[in-house]
Amino acid sequence: MINSNFETLSFVKRVLTPALPVVLGYIPVGFAYGVLGVNAGISTLNTILMSIMVFAGSAQLMATGFFAQGLNPFSIIITTFIVNLRHMLMSASLSSHMKEWKKIEVAGFCYELTDETFAVHSLRFSEGDTSALPAMSINFICQFSWVVGTILGVLAGNLISDVKPFALDYALPAMFIALLILQVHHRKHVIVAIIGAVISIILWKFGITQWNVILATVIGATFGAILENTSKNGKQQITEVKHD
Amino acid sequence: MTNELFFITIIGMGVVTYVPRLLPAWFLRGRKLHPFIEAWLKYVPVAVLAALLLPSLLVADGQMNLSWSNLYLWAALPAGFTAWKTRSMFATILVGMAVVAIVRLIL
Repeated sequence: MINSNFETLSFVKRVLTPALPVVLGYIPVGFAYGVLGVNAGISTLNTILMSIMVFAGSAQLMATGFFAQGLNPFSIIITTFIVNLRHMLMSASLSSHMKEWKKIEVAGFCYELTDETFAVHSLRFSEGDTSALPAMSINFICQFSWVVGTILGVLAGNLISDVKPFALDYALPAMFIALLILQVHHRKHVIVAIIGAVISIILWKFGITQWNVILATVIGATFGAILENTSKNGKQQITEVKHD
Repeated sequence: MTNELFFITIIGMGVVTYVPRLLPAWFLRGRKLHPFIEAWLKYVPVAVLAALLLPSLLVADGQMNLSWSNLYLWAALPAGFTAWKTRSMFATILVGMAVVAIVRLIL
């Protein structure tokens, strides 16, 4: 078992270290969401409940704006669905690592699957640390910090939030840079990353601001799978030629 | 909108967020997938991280900003170089945040 190597790692190294950058990013963003929520007129309790029951940063910020504009519940829910649909792809791509998990573990883990926790786990799982408990602990710590950030924001209320002096707003972009580069192992990854990034920004530029990530991911991953297939077939042909 | 109605809205948001997060993992795990799909899923992390990252670096306040004033974009260069050389997430975050903080302090 690959897992046994990770059992010897301390809790700090195995759980807190991967969770820390997400926590650093989530507290200020959760704070900003909390401030915006109560300023939009959402009740304190509802603002906090959204961080507990939805746990999706961009959708929550969007819902805050929609609430302020007086949009109907149905539109808010449909938009949330579209904005968060990209998590389907993330859930699918992590699925092969959850073979041994109990159903309740899968259910709990997926509840807290966000862009950021996905980014952390896709690296951890590919390195072989696929046990359920540390993965769920990381997710729990991340959502906990999101809720704490929200509560602090709600309490700060109308005091203007400014997290910029400490550059905390750059914690999550920098984390994504690191997690992307750490998962680029060969030239096909580079090509897929460039395709995903470029298509995503081009679609955004054309006003497709809610589907751009999903579409770019599907196209990029399809390209990668085709490249892999053709290079495999190529190798097979070479070996066949050698046999002749 | 009343608090009660918005609470129901939040429940709806929670359901439509959770279902797409859960179903693929729930049904695909432990299943033998076609090799093409398996290869496809292997490329999802790199594709989705790149697709999320680039707009987050280029777009500021709803506008694409390629000028020198876009600190997020230019700080990505030293941060990316650090990630590539050190293979360390922490070094990358520290360098990225340090660059952003220092530039803001100077300007």
